Amino acid sequence: MLDLRKYNSVGEALRDALETWPTEVCLIESDRGEEKQRLTYRQFRQQALPIAKTLQDLGIAAGDRVAIIMTNQSKWLISAYAIFFCGATLVPLDFKLKPEEQWQLLKHSGAKILITEFGIWRQLSASPGRAAAANLQAIYATEAPENADMAGAHHWEEAQPVNAPIFVPQQRRDIACIVYSSGTGGTPKGCMMTHENYLEQCMALTSLYPFWPGVRYLSILPTNHAIDFMVGFFGPFTCGAAVVHLRTLRPEYVREAFAKYQITYVSLVPLVLKNLQRGLQARFDKLPAPKRKALEAVRSINRSLTKDRPRPWLSRRLLGQVHSAFGGKLEAIIVGGAFTEPQTLQFFYDLGISVANGYGLTEAGTAVTVNDLKPFRADTVGKPLPGMEVAIRNPDADGIGEVTVRSKTVMAGYLNEPALTAETIVDGWLRTGDMGRFDPSGHLQLFGRKKNMIVTEEGKNVYAEDVEQVFENLLVKEFCVFAANFIWPQRSMMNEKLLLVVHLEPGQAFTEELKTEIGARNSWLINYKRVHGIVLYHEDFPLTASLKIKRGELAQRLAALDREKSILPL
Amino acid sequence: MCMRTIEQTTQEILELATKQFKVPAGSLAAGDDFYGKLGIDSLQALEMLSRLENHFHIELPDYEVQGVSDFKTLAERIQARL
Repeated sequence: MLDLRKYNSVGEALRDALETWPTEVCLIESDRGEEKQRLTYRQFRQQALPIAKTLQDLGIAAGDRVAIIMTNQSKWLISAYAIFFCGATLVPLDFKLKPEEQWQLLKHSGAKILITEFGIWRQLSASPGRAAAANLQAIYATEAPENADMAGAHHWEEAQPVNAPIFVPQQRRDIACIVYSSGTGGTPKGCMMTHENYLEQCMALTSLYPFWPGVRYLSILPTNHAIDFMVGFFGPFTCGAAVVHLRTLRPEYVREAFAKYQITYVSLVPLVLKNLQRGLQARFDKLPAPKRKALEAVRSINRSLTKDRPRPWLSRRLLGQVHSAFGGKLEAIIVGGAFTEPQTLQFFYDLGISVANGYGLTEAGTAVTVNDLKPFRADTVGKPLPGMEVAIRNPDADGIGEVTVRSKTVMAGYLNEPALTAETIVDGWLRTGDMGRFDPSGHLQLFGRKKNMIVTEEGKNVYAEDVEQVFENLLVKEFCVFAANFIWPQRSMMNEKLLLVVHLEPGQAFTEELKTEIGARNSWLINYKRVHGIVLYHEDFPLTASLKIKRGELAQRLAALDREKSILPL
Repeated sequence: MCMRTIEQTTQEILELATKQFKVPAGSLAAGDDFYGKLGIDSLQALEMLSRLENHFHIELPDYEVQGVSDFKTLAERIQARL
C-alpha cells in the first residue's frame, strides 16, 4: 500500500495510487447479475480528468464544495476523485433521502455544483425545494438518455474538455468532505472531515485489515456513508485493490456477487448481516436430519479450532459448501453502522467466516474500535484502533460512562455550528454520547446512549427532534418525540425505538381519530424514522424562558412512569 | 402500450404480497403501509420488489422506490414503467 504518512491530502494519495497500479482493475460494476463495466486504475484516471477539468472551467477552486448524490457506482468514485483533484471539498449526500431533504442539505452545504444520476435528478428537479438552493450553479447528471429533458442539468458524459486539469494541492488540516451524520429535520450536522482524518483512519484500519492488489471489496453500503467511503473507496484504492459495485441491492444479486467476484471483504450493516443469516439458516433447516447433524458437528469442531484466532484455510476445508457460497476468498465481513447482536456475529464466526465488528461514528472519522479477532469476541466492539485514545468519562460504580475519543481522525467540527461543535468536542475530546466501559482485556463494551436518538439496524442515525416536524399542529396541547431508551436507560443498544409523548388539552380524550391521525402522519416519515408508540402524559411540559421544551427535564419526569404500561403501540 | 389499469396493477401487487408474506387473503388494501402491515424490513421490501419486477417484466431502480411505503404509490411507480 502507499505510505500515507507521506501525503497531505486524499487527492494526492489517490493521484499516486492511479499511477502506481495502472493495469490493476480498480472498479467492477454489475447490474442485475450482468457485468457492465470493468476499469483499470489507468482507465479510471482517463475518465476522471475531464470531469476535473470541467469543474475547473466552471470556476471550482480550492475549498469550493461539490455535492454528489448517486447510488453506488463507478461514476461516484470517478467524480469524487475529480473533486479532490481540484482541491475542492466533497459533499456526499444520501441518495435515499427524500428530494426535499436533499435540497435542504444542498442549501446548507453551500455546494456550487451537484453531480447526480439522471433518475435521481428527475425526482430532485420536480421537487419544490430547488428554489431554496440558490448556491447551486450547475448540475451534472449521469446516464441521461440522449434526448431527455435535462431540466437545466448537463450530461456528465459530455464533459470532454480539450485541456488537462491542474492538480490543486491541499493541506492535511483542509476540509476534504462534509459528511452529514443526521439532522435533515432539525439542525443539519455536517461533519467537516479533514484530509488528515481520512489519511490517519485509513492507516489505522488497514493495519488490522489490509488490502492489496487482487483484493475485491464488495461495496453495498452507500458510498456517502463514512464506512463505505473509507473501506469501499479510499482504503482499497491506496492499496491497489478493486471495488465491486452492484447497481441494485436486491438480496439475490448481493448473494450471487460473493461467488461470482470472489469477494475478499464486504462491509455490512446489521440488517443485511441478519438477512444473510436468515437465508443460511433457512437452507440449513431444509437439510435432511443426518446432514443437519453432521453440519452441527463440523460447526462445533470449527468453533473449538478457531477459539483463539481465525483459521480461514481450515474453516474453508471443514465447511467448504458454505464458504463456496461466499466465493471461497472471503477474509472478513466488516460490520458497522449500528450495534450487532452477539448471536448473529457468533453464527458467522462458527461457520469460519470472520466478522469484524467495531464501533465508530462519522464524527470520529468512522471506526474507533474494531475487533482484532485475537480472539473473536462477540460481546464487545473490540479494542481501540492504533492512534485512537478512548476514555470513559464520569464512570459510575460499574465503570460505565460516556465514551470519549481523541485522535487525528476526529472531525474539525460541524459546519456552521460552532456552539454544537464546542459541546461535542471538549478540550480535544470528542464526546460520543454513547455509554460504555472497558473490560479487563481492553475491549470496549457498549451500554446505551446519553443522546436522545436511535441508530437503526440499517445504520441510520435518527435524532428524536428531527422527526417532530410531521406532527406539527397536531390537535393536542403539546407533544415531544423521545428515544425510549433515553427516558428509560436500558444499558443496551438493542431494540431502540422512538416514542411520541402527547399531552392532551384539558378535558380532551385520546380518541381513535387522534390515534389514526398520528398514524397517518407517522407514515409520511421514511420507515426507519417512524415512532413506534405513544405515551400519554398528563402534566405540562417543562419549558425554557423562550418556550422551548426542556427535554432532559421532561425525560426525567417521564422516567417515573412504568415503561411497559405507558407505551401505547401505534 | 400498457394493457393494465392502475386498479388491476394494484390488485396484482396485493395478491403477490399476500402470497409472498403468507397473510390472509383480502387482508391487504391499496392504502396500507406495507412495512407496518406486513412487519417487514427494507431488505424484505426489496425482495418483494424483485418478485414484482419478474411478474410485471419491468426493472425498477432502487432509488425510485426509496421512501415508498404503501401499495398504492408502489402501484403508480410500477404502472409508469409498464
